[in-house]
Amino acid sequence: MEFYRSHVLVCTGTGCTSSDSRLLISGLRKELKDRGLEKEIQVIETGCFGFCNLGPIMVVYPEGVFYCRVKEADLKELVEEHFVKGRVVQRLLYREPGATVKTQEFNNIEFFKHQKRIALANCGIINPEKIEEYIARDGYFALAKVLHEMTPAGVIEELKKAGLRGRGGGGFPTGMKWDFAYKAKGDQKYVVCNADEGDPGAFMDRSVLEGDPHAVIEAMAIAGYAIGANQGFIYVRAEYPIAVERLQLAIQQAHDLGLLGKNIFGMGFDFDLDIRLGAGAFVCGEETALLTSIEGKRGEPRPRPPFPANSGLWGKPTIINNVETYANVPHIIRNGWEWFASIGTEKSKGTKVFALAGKIKNTGLIEVPMGTTLRTIVYDIGGGILNDKKFKAAQTGGPSGGCLSAELLDTPIDYDNLIAVGSMMGSGGLIVMDEDTCMVDIARFFLEFTQDESCGKCPPCRIGTKRMLEILTRITEGKGTPEDLNNLEILAKTIKSAALCGLGQTAPNPVLSTLRYFRHEYEAHIYDKKCPAGVCKALLSYQIDPEKCRGCGLCARNCPTKAISGKIKETFVIDAEKCIKCGACMEKCKFGAISKG
Amino acid sequence: MRSLEELKNLKAKTEKGLSLREDTGKPTITVHMGTCGIANGARTVLNAVLSELQARNLTDIHVTQTGCPGLCYLEPLVTITEPGKNPFVYSKVSSENVKKIIVEHLINGRPITEWLVNLEK
Ligand SMILES: Cc1cc2nc3c(=O)[nH]c(=O)nc-3n(C[C@H](O)[C@H](O)[C@H](O)COP(=O)(O)O)c2cc1C
Repeated sequence: MEFYRSHVLVCTGTGCTSSDSRLLISGLRKELKDRGLEKEIQVIETGCFGFCNLGPIMVVYPEGVFYCRVKEADLKELVEEHFVKGRVVQRLLYREPGATVKTQEFNNIEFFKHQKRIALANCGIINPEKIEEYIARDGYFALAKVLHEMTPAGVIEELKKAGLRGRGGGGFPTGMKWDFAYKAKGDQKYVVCNADEGDPGAFMDRSVLEGDPHAVIEAMAIAGYAIGANQGFIYVRAEYPIAVERLQLAIQQAHDLGLLGKNIFGMGFDFDLDIRLGAGAFVCGEETALLTSIEGKRGEPRPRPPFPANSGLWGKPTIINNVETYANVPHIIRNGWEWFASIGTEKSKGTKVFALAGKIKNTGLIEVPMGTTLRTIVYDIGGGILNDKKFKAAQTGGPSGGCLSAELLDTPIDYDNLIAVGSMMGSGGLIVMDEDTCMVDIARFFLEFTQDESCGKCPPCRIGTKRMLEILTRITEGKGTPEDLNNLEILAKTIKSAALCGLGQTAPNPVLSTLRYFRHEYEAHIYDKKCPAGVCKALLSYQIDPEKCRGCGLCARNCPTKAISGKIKETFVIDAEKCIKCGACMEKCKFGAISKG
Repeated sequence: MRSLEELKNLKAKTEKGLSLREDTGKPTITVHMGTCGIANGARTVLNAVLSELQARNLTDIHVTQTGCPGLCYLEPLVTITEPGKNPFVYSKVSSENVKKIIVEHLINGRPITEWLVNLEK
């Protein structure tokens, strides 16, 4: 093995790749070579660190220095200063929101400090394209352990006691699911991984596959042993090319080392894995639709029961779990159920990965113990609301979930608490909204998504969501009527109880939860014809305050529709007929004379 | 993979290289590499440190660099830090001394006092 004094880890996840981390890597290698340092300093391509808005991200060990937004043009200085002279390049360090000094070490950054990484343990630490690095961090030892020391029933018992629940949405106990499939009769059984990740904004599954693909492969082999299956399928959306590529490579490497294939560890257990590409329809993330899609048919759901554990792929007993669920399994086997069960809350054990997005300072991917409060996530890890505005709500569970209002900031987040307040965990999307967000518009946005993604098989979802969307659109356009709220509620309840699959059953959630916490906003749209957040264009009008207007004419010059007129040094006026409510005038006015309402 | 042994061997082979990415209180050799240090041969010293560690397969020791501490007349300077102990600063280090410093100080735990910077002198 070569001996390097320093490792430079550069993220090659999708986020950093799109901010040109690959160019950076080739540039860095060349610069190091030109200076004769290529034998001292190793450049390693890793998976996602989670702090994607700072990309490309670079961490230098042994010092653990965290550089962000590194450009190709910075490389000369970086190599000269850090690697030749040993001086940290201050200007490329990260500055915490509000801080005056920059933070040098990776581990001291607030964004990382409050996290506990299990599913993401290897992301940003190892090179996902080298199976040896996974093995060096105890990879495949869990598989070795189950094959040498545990019975299938023992593996299932371990997971049950650990309290692992599905991370793909429903939170169903994983051990119990495996037990059903274990007990189901059948000569052929299957293990399936759901990597469809349809929740807009969620990208934890992609990051696990890109940053630590072997964890999922190892876990699926363990699942195969536990339920008695020797074939697995990973269903991953084709929009994740890096994840697919790394998975293919990882499966190949595992095969080459005999960690997949026949007679693994000489213990008489065979297991094989294949990849199936999804075309990115939201409904194909629903388990019965996904299985139908793997069978080569149109991806539509079917009623349950029978559950896949009894009748899944081609009618055979099948377990289907989410990527993040699998990524926890090797850790539980290696460290024991007691360790896992000691993390989290009474009924939600372990950690959860969240994709933090919206009006927040630090966006990215975070993993925290179950039971962490929304306040810790938003203010400590997320650094607070952008431009120090007021927190209004956070949406969890994506289009199937609901919003949490400011009163719920101190609620410990776990499966059951989220359900209790009318939302759900979902796959872990977490969108933060500030005072400038209109909750009616948000509900409309999510419903538009589910309406669009409805497969059309069952009428409650196909027709019901369409009618709901029409009502919501009407309200945002200022044409809502008092009956609309009642109708929305009736429709929502009907769809929830009558739809065929989870897509329809959860589609009304964003509407119901905004009605629960922000009913006054709906009422303002309907009765006062006002959008309190100033988002819904139809309800807006712009005015120029004659007291403040100095008659400079800047607004008129910037108006794209020539809706503003007036004489220089006199008060200008807006013609409401011509105004398209773009807000350009308000942005430009130096005297704060233009207001909307 | 035919046995657990095989997996363990594979792990042992890569594990040490990866330990560089864990900052769990390991001894560190810091070579001071300001302009003065480099002019006085700090790079040769750094290379000597690396080849000595490699020759002895000492992967549990970190090597890093830093700038000039202001004692330019004593360059090249090398600081050895062990967790929980005060740092020891060696002055006028040459590639030959490096070997002895590593063996005596880091392996045998006996700092070579006569080569240390002594500011009271
Ligand atoms: C409309 C809809 C979309 C879904 N999308 C996903 C998805 O993208 N990824 C996922 O893992 N589970 C998704 N699920 C949940 C799956 O049906 C299933 O519960 C899950 O894959 C089970 O794995 P788990 O127990 O490990 O969570 C979706 C469910 C519904 C109703």
